[in-house]
Amino acid sequence: MPKITVTVNGTQRTHDVEGRLLLVHYLRDVLGLTGTHVGCDTSSCGACTIHLDGHAVKSCSMLAAQADGATITTIEGLASGDELHPLQVGFKEEHGLQCGFCTPGMIMCAADLLKRNPNPTEQEIREGLEGNICRCTGYHNIVRAVQHAAVAP
Amino acid sequence: MGNGGLIIMSNKFIGKSVKRVEDKRFITGKGRYTDDINLPGMTHAYILRSPYAHARIKSIDTSAAAAMQGVVTIMTGDEVGHYGVPCGWQVNFKNGDIMKEPPHPLLVKDKVRHVGDAVAMVVAESREIAQDAAEAIVVDYEVLPAITDASKAVEAGAPLVHDDVPNNICFDWEIGNPKAEVDEAMASAAHVTTLEFVNQRVSPNAMEPRSYIGHYDGVYDKYTLYTSTQNPHLIRLLMCAFVLGLPEHKVRVVGPDVGGGFGSKIYHYTEEALVTLAAKKTGRPVKWTETRSEAFLTDAHGRDHVTKAEMGFDGDGKIVGLRIKTFANLGAYLSTFSTAVPTYLHGTLLQGLYTTPKIHLDMTCVFTNTTAVDAYRGAGRPEATYLLERLLDLSALEMGVNPTELRLKNFIPAFDGVTQPGYQTNVALQYDSGNYHGVLHRGLEMLGYEDFRKAQKEAAASGKLLGVGFSTYIEACGIAPSAVVGSLGARAGLYEVGQVRVQPTGKVSVFTGAHSHGQGHETTFAQVVADRLGIPMEDVDIIHGDSDTVAFGMGTYGSRSLAVGGSAIMKSLDKIIEKGAKIAAHKLECSPDDIEFVDGKFTVKGTDKSLGFGDIALTAYVPHVYPANLEPGLDFSSFYDPTNFTYPFGCHIAVVEVDKETGATKVKRFIAVDDVGNVINPMIVDGQIHGGLAQGIGQALLEGVEFDGNGQIINGSYMDYAMPRADDLPMFELDRQVTPCPHNPLGVKGAGEAGCIGSTPAVVNAVIDALWSAGHQVKDIRMPLTSERVWSAMQS
Repeated sequence: MPKITVTVNGTQRTHDVEGRLLLVHYLRDVLGLTGTHVGCDTSSCGACTIHLDGHAVKSCSMLAAQADGATITTIEGLASGDELHPLQVGFKEEHGLQCGFCTPGMIMCAADLLKRNPNPTEQEIREGLEGNICRCTGYHNIVRAVQHAAVAP
Repeated sequence: MGNGGLIIMSNKFIGKSVKRVEDKRFITGKGRYTDDINLPGMTHAYILRSPYAHARIKSIDTSAAAAMQGVVTIMTGDEVGHYGVPCGWQVNFKNGDIMKEPPHPLLVKDKVRHVGDAVAMVVAESREIAQDAAEAIVVDYEVLPAITDASKAVEAGAPLVHDDVPNNICFDWEIGNPKAEVDEAMASAAHVTTLEFVNQRVSPNAMEPRSYIGHYDGVYDKYTLYTSTQNPHLIRLLMCAFVLGLPEHKVRVVGPDVGGGFGSKIYHYTEEALVTLAAKKTGRPVKWTETRSEAFLTDAHGRDHVTKAEMGFDGDGKIVGLRIKTFANLGAYLSTFSTAVPTYLHGTLLQGLYTTPKIHLDMTCVFTNTTAVDAYRGAGRPEATYLLERLLDLSALEMGVNPTELRLKNFIPAFDGVTQPGYQTNVALQYDSGNYHGVLHRGLEMLGYEDFRKAQKEAAASGKLLGVGFSTYIEACGIAPSAVVGSLGARAGLYEVGQVRVQPTGKVSVFTGAHSHGQGHETTFAQVVADRLGIPMEDVDIIHGDSDTVAFGMGTYGSRSLAVGGSAIMKSLDKIIEKGAKIAAHKLECSPDDIEFVDGKFTVKGTDKSLGFGDIALTAYVPHVYPANLEPGLDFSSFYDPTNFTYPFGCHIAVVEVDKETGATKVKRFIAVDDVGNVINPMIVDGQIHGGLAQGIGQALLEGVEFDGNGQIINGSYMDYAMPRADDLPMFELDRQVTPCPHNPLGVKGAGEAGCIGSTPAVVNAVIDALWSAGHQVKDIRMPLTSERVWSAMQS
C-alpha cells in the first residue's frame, strides 16, 4: 500500500492507503473529517470540494495517493480559530444554506473564486459556482452570501 | 385575535428574520449526517441490484462471494424475502374493490421488476470488500419484456409487472361531479380547450444520498436505526409493526442531520429493515450508504402522469366544465404514500382558484417496470396545478383574451374563513381562507403587464422571442386531519406531537415530532416558544429526530411542520402558562383568574405584584410553597390534530427569452407572490420559496428521468440528469400577501412546497406564449423544454 504524507488543516498526517482509496474517503474515513461530503459518483456535485495546494479541488476526483506531499484545507480548517471565514459569515447572514449538505463544498469553491476574483459580478458568481449543486436554496441566497463575503473587510 | 388567532404575548422574535440557530455546525463542517456516524466494530453493506427491468431469477450463487476474505455475511431473498415493506394508504377501485397490493420484498427471490430491484446484500469489513464480493455473486436471469409507460401498460398484451395484477392496474378512481353532468357541461361550452400532455417523471435528488446504520445491543435487547429520514417515528412504527415484527419499545430510530428530503425520505425503504436484520444477525453495526447511481434507481421518483384534459368555457369566458383522464405511473411497487398522491393529493385540488361548476377526474393508477413513484415536493398538487394553469393560459391564447383577465373572471371571491365560510369545492375539500385576486393583482404590478407586451413586440423586431407565463395556484397542506385522511384510506393518523419541558432554572427544552432537514425548525420553533414565554431564544432548545427522546411524531412533509407541529407546541405552551398562573396565584395570594402572563411575567392584574417565569419554573420543581392538589413539575406534551388542511396560494409569473436559432430558453424574470398565512421567519419562508421555485423551474426546463425500451434509466447520474445550477436561474422577485389560516393557533399555512407547485406551468406557459407571439401556434411541448424540443416546436 502506498504511504502518503499530507498536511491537512495545518497538521501533518502520514498513512498507508489502499491504492484505490479516493481522497474524499481518506479525509472522511481515515482522518474523520466528515465535513467534506459525497453527493454523487461522477464528480458533478461539488459537495466534496476542498483546497489542495491553494486551489479548489473535488476530492472525489483524485486518489489519496495522488495527494502525497500536498497541503490540504477542508471546511473544518477554514475558520481562524473562533473567527469564521467571511464566507461562513456570509452564508449564515444571507441564509445561504438550508439542509447544509452542499454547504462545505459550496463555501470552499466560493473561497477559491473570491481569491481569484475578489469582486465578482452576479454572473461571475453564478458561473463560478456552476460546478456545485444545491438542491435547497435555488442559489438566490448563495449568490448573496458570496456577495456579502466579497464586500466584507 | 385580529391576525387570525395568533395569540402571542410578545413579538420580539415572531415576524423577524432571525438568523438560523442551526447554521453554525453546517458552515464549519460539523453537521452530523448518518454517513458521518461511525460505530465501533461497524461493518459495511453493499446491495446487489438487478441490471434488468424485468427478469425471472433462475438461480443465485453466493458461494464464491461468501468465501472472500472480509465478508461477514450475505443475505438473499431465501432468507429475508418473506419480509416486505407496506403501503400506508389504501385506495379502492371505483367498484369498491380494494386496490391491488402486491408484496415489496426486502430482497427478491422470484422475479425482479425494475432496474435496481434488490437481489442480495453483502456485509463486509469495508465498503470496498462488500462491493467486490457482490460482483462475485452469480445471478442467472431469464430476461422478460419490460413496460415503462403507464398509458401503454394497461393495454392488452402488455407485460405484467405482477403476474396476479391484470392489465397492471393497481386501481381506478374518480372524483368530482357525476361524469354525465360534466359531459353535458362540456357539450354546452362555447369553447373547449383540449390539452394532451405528459407530466414527466423527475428524481428528487436530495443532495445527501440515503444512508442507514443498523445496530443491535444484545445486553439490552435493543435495536437502533440511524436513518436519513423525514419521519423517524413513522419508520419505527412501520418497521416494527408491519415489516419485522419487532417490539416497538425495543427499537430506537434516530434521524440525525438529514441532507434534504423533498419527499424522497418520507418512505420506509427496504434497506432500513435490511441493516436492522443484518445488525442482529452479525452482532455488529451495519452501515449502508447508497451511491448516487443507486439513488436514481431506488429513491422514489415523482410525478409521471399521462393526461388528456379539457376545459370548457361559455361565451363570456366563464369556465363551465373540466374533464380529465389521467394514467398515473406508480412504478413496480407501492411506496409508502404512493397511492394517495395521484388521488387525494391531486384530484382534490382540481378546483384550483376557480368557480368551475362541473369537474370530473378519471384516474387509472398503474404498475410498470420502473422505480416506485411517490410524493415529491408538492406531491399531486403540482400535477393538478400544471394541468389547470396550462389550460388557463392556453385557453386565453386560443380565445385571444388576456390570460390574467380570464383568471380574474373565474376566481373564487375573497373569503376569510372567519366571518365568511370556507369555500366548498366540487372535489371534496373546503378551502379555509383566500384572496386570490389580491396575489394576481400584486404580481401584475410587479410585472407591468402592458409594458411587458410592448417589450415583447420590440424584442420581436430585433429577432428575440420573449414570453410571459402565469400560474395562480392553490395547494392543500398542513397535512392533515386524522379523521378525514382515515376516511380516505390513510393507515395512520396525521396529528403532531409537541412537548415543552421547562427545566427548574427556566430553560426550556422542546421536543417535536416534526423533523428538520433544511427547514430551520430549530430557529422558527424557538422564535414561537421564546415569544410565547417571554424568554430569550437562547433559553430554548428544539429537539427532534430521536424516537427515544421525542414522545412520538408523524414527521415532516406536506408543508405541515409549523401548521401542525407548531400548533402542538402552542398547545403545550398554553398548558405551561395555565399551570404557571396557578403557581403564581398561590404565591401572590390571588385567584389564578387574576393573573396575566405578559413578557415573561405572571402579574396580578392592575398591580405591580409579579413573579418571573424563572421563579415559577423553580417553584414548580422546588414546591415548598405550592398549591394543594397541584402536581410539581412544569412539563407538558400535546397532540395536535388539525381540523382542516391549510390552503396556501399564490401567483407566479415567468418571463422567458427563447433563442430563435437554437430553442434555448432562459428565465429572465421570475415573480412569486405567495400567501402562506402568517409568517414567523420571513427569511426562512423566502428561502423555502426560492428552493421550491428552483425545483419547479427545473422540471419545466431541465429535469426528467428517461427510460429506454428495456427499462434502463438512461440519465441516472448527475452527469446526465440536468438540474438547475447557479447559472441557470435568475434572482427571484418575491412578495407576500398574508391571509391567516383561521383554524390553527399560529394562523400559518405552510411554505415548503408552494414554490415548486406554482412555478412549473408559469415557465412552460411563458415559452408557449413566446412561440405564439412569433406565429407558432404550439399547444404543448413535452417537459423538460430542452432547446431541441423548443427548436423542433418552432419548425412546425
